[in-house]
Amino acid sequence: MKLTSVQEFDNYAKKIKEEKDFSKTCITICAGTGCQAHGSLDIVNALSEKIKERGLEDKVFIKSTGCHGFCERGPLMVIKPKGIFYEHVKVDMLDTIIEETIINNKIIEDFLYRDPVNKERIALEEEIPFYKKQHRILMKNNGLINPEDINDYIALDGYRGFIKAITQMSPEKVIEEIKLSGLRGRGGGGFPTGVKWESSKIVESEKKYIICNADEGDPGAYMDRSLLEGNPHLIIEGMLIGAFAVGADEGYVYVRHEYPLAVRNLENAIKQAEELGLLGENILGTGFNFKLHISRGGGAFVCGESSALIASIEGKVGEPRAKHIHMSEKGLWGKPTVLNNVETWGNVPFIINNGADWYSKIGTENSKGTKIFSLVGKVNNTGLVEVPMGITLREIIFDIGGGILNNRKFKAVQTGGPSGGCIPESLLDIPVDFDELVKVGSMMGSGGMIVMDERTCMVDVAKYFLNFLKEESCGKCTTCREGIKRMYEILDKITSGKGTEDDLTLLEEIAEVTKEGSLCGLGKTAPNPVLSTLKYFKDEYLMHINEKKCPAGVCKNLTTFTIDQNKCVGCGACKRNCPVEAISGEKKKPHEINPDKCIKCGICYDSCKFDAVKIN
Amino acid sequence: MKIKVTIDNKSIEVERETTILNAANMLGIKIPTLCNHEALSPYASCRLCLVEVKKGNRVEITTSCNYPITREIEVVTNSEKVLKYRRMVIQLLLGRCPDNPALLKLSKEFGIEKPIFEVDEYDDCILCGRCERACREVVGVNAITFSGRGVKRKVEAPFGDYNDLCIACGACAYVCPTGAVQVQFDGENKIIDKWEKITPLVEVENCGQGIMTEAQINYFKEKFNFSPIIKK
Amino acid sequence: MDYVKDIVKKYNNDRAFIISILQDLQEKTGYLKREDMFKLSKILNMPVADIYRIATFFKAFSLTPRGKNIIQICLGTACHVRGGDKVLLEFENKLNIQAGETTTDGNFTLETVNCLGACALGPVVVVNQKYYGNMNTSKVKDILNEYK
Repeated sequence: MKLTSVQEFDNYAKKIKEEKDFSKTCITICAGTGCQAHGSLDIVNALSEKIKERGLEDKVFIKSTGCHGFCERGPLMVIKPKGIFYEHVKVDMLDTIIEETIINNKIIEDFLYRDPVNKERIALEEEIPFYKKQHRILMKNNGLINPEDINDYIALDGYRGFIKAITQMSPEKVIEEIKLSGLRGRGGGGFPTGVKWESSKIVESEKKYIICNADEGDPGAYMDRSLLEGNPHLIIEGMLIGAFAVGADEGYVYVRHEYPLAVRNLENAIKQAEELGLLGENILGTGFNFKLHISRGGGAFVCGESSALIASIEGKVGEPRAKHIHMSEKGLWGKPTVLNNVETWGNVPFIINNGADWYSKIGTENSKGTKIFSLVGKVNNTGLVEVPMGITLREIIFDIGGGILNNRKFKAVQTGGPSGGCIPESLLDIPVDFDELVKVGSMMGSGGMIVMDERTCMVDVAKYFLNFLKEESCGKCTTCREGIKRMYEILDKITSGKGTEDDLTLLEEIAEVTKEGSLCGLGKTAPNPVLSTLKYFKDEYLMHINEKKCPAGVCKNLTTFTIDQNKCVGCGACKRNCPVEAISGEKKKPHEINPDKCIKCGICYDSCKFDAVKIN
Repeated sequence: MKIKVTIDNKSIEVERETTILNAANMLGIKIPTLCNHEALSPYASCRLCLVEVKKGNRVEITTSCNYPITREIEVVTNSEKVLKYRRMVIQLLLGRCPDNPALLKLSKEFGIEKPIFEVDEYDDCILCGRCERACREVVGVNAITFSGRGVKRKVEAPFGDYNDLCIACGACAYVCPTGAVQVQFDGENKIIDKWEKITPLVEVENCGQGIMTEAQINYFKEKFNFSPIIKK
Repeated sequence: MDYVKDIVKKYNNDRAFIISILQDLQEKTGYLKREDMFKLSKILNMPVADIYRIATFFKAFSLTPRGKNIIQICLGTACHVRGGDKVLLEFENKLNIQAGETTTDGNFTLETVNCLGACALGPVVVVNQKYYGNMNTSKVKDILNEYK
């Protein structure tokens, strides 16, 4: 049933709101990729059956939603409208949940979230520190919406921003609003979005395109995935507003090959929007046309770079081109093109609905709004966090993240992916914002935030990123292709114990040429992880070079694990977990590691609760 | 409307979108290149032609072969920085083929005494792409292409072996700056070693060399409506 | 049954969708077959060289037959920091192949992936779309036994 006027849409939305009684009990279960990997779909199916068996279909809704963000505790179940939060849900817990919570309105303590520090149980989602300290604007509805149902989105005032833009504002006014809001690109570049739109708007062309970059190549970052999987209509609405503002009638969402669920949910959402008349020709009778396509990536990090992405959509290899003439003037098929990241598009409906004033009150002077980070690595509360710009790293990692796993010591946090840098403990109190992160030698990037502890070797981290880029470089330009290879070789030398201080000098020389002489962002930022770890962790490099030791116990040639005979109580945990049976010892007597059999995996060190296993 | 460009303190007015490289040539200033060729579109893969461009109070390092001049700029082709980068680019290429004559000539020109990188896989091919562009843009048969990416990138025929697309014209060898692609004759055949291509030759009357491959004969017939006369 | 023609038709014979076409093709035949690439070239009027270039550039594609069971090891930063590289090494040792290769009996293909977005479960290994989280070297043997 196609809606052919704004009035019809208003009536439809009103009807949907009445039908969707959000006050009725609804069991929401996270069905994002992470929780699905934990088996959440089995839970949804089992729950549906059990509810049916007990004849409760009229009393209780079941809804599978997109990613809630608290991935560490999945599979997640939140019972609305109260917001009772159950974690690590398994199928064998369902009968109890139905009996106690659904039928008898009782909360089951054992299933609740428990604070890792004060051991308290917390019943309601909104009280849990992980959520409480966030400022959820984009992620807010991920727990409320079934991404396969456009009506859920409409019931929560979806597409209102687009309607406001198209009925009450001119394209110029929309761009003005985006400019005033201070929105900056969330993909990594941080370029002012309004300015980008304007530069395409002013080009005279009958055909213009807008693109959503959903390539999300930074390893460790999955914010865009969760937005696309969990709330695809938010992105569609953002793109509709952008298309209207810029004068485009066609758009593409370029989705990474590794995100099949995001592709599926987006395809479905586009279809439903088209059926309803929100995409296509003469949308809601306004005369505005917009067709949205999905273009799939083939597994290439470089295709996150705008000119490579555009080449890929055109059916060519993802080789970047020099940007002497900007994409906004000559982009896809040679036409003016506005390319923005998923999260950037996601911010647009909120800005139009609530106004630039409202938006610019959040964040810092030059970085407005919120940012979604994927907080991962050696942190307790791994997951997606949405916070206002200006919050400190310490607050994110410790207050929201719950601190370091296994009570270890914080060493560094890596932001910006392979283009970014590592930030040491001394800078934990810097406010997170585009410019502040650049000042300390890193960058915001797409939002990946990898937390590292004393068991992370910073030289190894630099080597890791160079290895990654070595494989992902398109290979076109000498400085990137050969430069990264040679930098990697030097780091390999250092981590094998064959490095010299001269190597560090050469490393910096190659880094400079690669940074300045390469064609695209991949090459230009490839030296960043090396340069930033050299800046803050030079001692660690020197220890590898001069003392031939790896203090973190990671570089195998420079590490030995031994058991302190005075501290070992003979519990046998290390012996049990050793994958090559290299540890011997009797119960309650000090154990010993056989250095000839030891493969330096470090499982013994990680298993020991008595601090008896020593590195070097 | 012409635009003024100043290169190494010498000025000239050029048509809009003239490349810095071409403008420099007009001024008699030589910027070294490897992947650039006058018959082919610029590719900017070798990075040898890097120069400094001053725009307002910003200095940008960029390749000169594909930089279109659209407003007044100042260019420096031989500053300390540029020469330092150029030397590193040559060193990185020497890391592939340290005794290649073309690279050795460049090394001498820029004062490089010995290579600093160890070679793990010797390859005269520096992946400049001239052969691929010649085959695609000029000859138009698309017989060879870049494959793979990163350090595994190379130029080869699809599936690494020969298909009938190659007419063994030798344009690839003609444009190759390092001699990685070479054409040889053994009396009866034309041999392009790099593509493992051995093609029998046919004697032709109205051709300067007197010999051609059969594929070339068909190519001329199709593309130019011109029939080489085969000697009986 | 001309599956190549059918797949191309799905995308309106538009060569801009070559990546999607190749993905669908590989899903059908397990890997990209040489004769199919030549067929595609004719149907799309696109040089084989261009198709080959794309098929070898993007990691999603394989031009050689893959094994019965596809093992994917996540090498994302979060997984790496939690020891993902050691898991890869263990798989390589146990299977006697390197990442990107297939065992001689055709049972396993070992691949690496740069981030699956399941970082909370890291290190992550996926076998035939089934996820194994919180991996370490001692778990590798048992997983392989599941598929022997």
